[in-house]
Amino acid sequence: MEYFVQQLINGITLGSIYGLIAIGYTMVYGIIGMINFAHGDIFMVGSFVALIVITALGLTASSGIGIIFASLILVLLCAMVVSSAFGWTVERLAYRPLRGSFRLAPLITAIGISIVLQNYIQIAQGARVKPLQPIFSGGYTLMGGGESGAFLVQISNIQIMIISVTFVLMAIFSLIIAKTSLGRAQRSCEQDRKMASLLGINVDRTISLTFVMGAMLAAVAGLMFLLYYGVIDFYIGFVAGVKAFTAAVLGGIGSLPGAMLGGLLIGLIETFWSAYFSVEYKDVAAFSMLVIVLIFLPQGLLGKPEVEKV
Amino acid sequence: MTNSNDTVLLSIEHLSMRFGGLLAVNDLSFDVKHGDITALIGPNGAGKTTVFNCITGFYKPTVGRVTAHHEDGSKHLLERMDDFKIPQVAKVVRTFQNIRLFGGMTVLENLMVGQHHPLMEASKFSIGGIFGIKGYRDAEKEAMEIAEYWMEKTGLTERADDAAADLPYGEQRMLEIARAMCTGPKLLCLDEPAAGLNPRESDVLNKLLLFIRKERDTGILLIEHDMNVVMGISDHIVVLDYGEKIADGTPEEIRNDQKVIAAYLGVEDDEVDEAEEIIEATSAGSADKGAS
Repeated sequence: MEYFVQQLINGITLGSIYGLIAIGYTMVYGIIGMINFAHGDIFMVGSFVALIVITALGLTASSGIGIIFASLILVLLCAMVVSSAFGWTVERLAYRPLRGSFRLAPLITAIGISIVLQNYIQIAQGARVKPLQPIFSGGYTLMGGGESGAFLVQISNIQIMIISVTFVLMAIFSLIIAKTSLGRAQRSCEQDRKMASLLGINVDRTISLTFVMGAMLAAVAGLMFLLYYGVIDFYIGFVAGVKAFTAAVLGGIGSLPGAMLGGLLIGLIETFWSAYFSVEYKDVAAFSMLVIVLIFLPQGLLGKPEVEKV
Repeated sequence: MTNSNDTVLLSIEHLSMRFGGLLAVNDLSFDVKHGDITALIGPNGAGKTTVFNCITGFYKPTVGRVTAHHEDGSKHLLERMDDFKIPQVAKVVRTFQNIRLFGGMTVLENLMVGQHHPLMEASKFSIGGIFGIKGYRDAEKEAMEIAEYWMEKTGLTERADDAAADLPYGEQRMLEIARAMCTGPKLLCLDEPAAGLNPRESDVLNKLLLFIRKERDTGILLIEHDMNVVMGISDHIVVLDYGEKIADGTPEEIRNDQKVIAAYLGVEDDEVDEAEEIIEATSAGSADKGAS
């Protein structure tokens, strides 16, 4: 039981990170119907920017808790700004000129951009893994331990932070999509781009903002990933990106809550599989789940079934 | 029944649109005046919708100029404008023959989307919207009032929170017009607004269009096959056939125009008299109703 709860906590933490990245995939797919394969690498860029800023600030575990929090907010802002700049530029240079072209064209440039970003970071930052001394330590023991000698269930401060930040961001994003004018514009572009533009909506700008929003969330995920695992390299974007994409498809691509749910599920499946069966096959488990869902529920868990337009 | 002040709102000059070997519109010129209801009619395939598409940025015309003139003297060349600027800057908005609502969004949201541009400016590209700055809240409130006003005018108040796709056909038409009006247009272009409406609904539509012309100081350009609507409410009718203008005038003039009758009924000139009687008989009743 204790072991199970511990895995649950770990799984939700991992799932939150996947969920944050998955939102970027799902929003972009929703609005322009393409898979932005470079999104995982935007996440990686965010992670690197966070590492650079943390190192520049000289942040260590021995800094006071107030300083750590203030600096982390600064780090997050820097990572968000740089990642959004990357996201915006990628859309502007690689996707917008191809809009209206055949469907596979932007997909191929997306893969190209992904390779460009990976190689750029590899050259600029070196190919070796970058470690980060843990900044956050400590946590809470929830159950177990003591005289009974049962399995110790712990939730670390960093896990608490990841989960709470994710849920707060999710709430803010759902609110933006549901209530603000930008959200309405995004939803209208999703349904009928031409009509939206005939009502005075600048569709290109709305699409750019969607990329920027997705990149911001990816940057948050990048920082979380860095703090949680403590090591990053130029290749993390690929694996995390594919997992997050899987999460988006699993939850129903185009659906925001679906992306979050999918992320959590992928995180949980991976963690439980590693805990109870074998670590080597955790990716197999996650991707098999995708295959099963796609066979029996092609629109994903929360996706709307595709209605043929006549 | 005309209340036009004779200033031109939209001028179309020497408009031609070619698709490969097909000349869909050929050297068409006409004016739409402020506060007028102008109808564009013609047999199927005459090029009416193509003209609309050229006005609203769907197509870039092969030859010709489309200009919107505002009361403040500014001129906007529509054929050179980005299509989202046509409603934003030139204040020309259109609806479609096949309804194009945002089906997954509610009636109210559809009307709010029509007011996206002012809201976006007020919210400083939504950054302010997130933090709820005062300017944005005021703009949102105002937008809500405009939306409620048009829901009331089109009888949709009770359906405000229903998904647009769930509305019956007639109400969807009304919503499309309401949404177009929410953008605050100077010229409203309607592509067959009465298509598929029953007589009662098309009566309501007539009243709405007359109201828009009278109270909102908005010019209306419409394509319509329903002669009840056309003869009933138009101040000015332009008739197209095979992409060319064959007549241009008041409903009375059009009704008596030989070429129009020939184009509509596809008859020889000697049979025109006979056809005229038929048209007279079908449209006389509706003209009286519209004038009242």
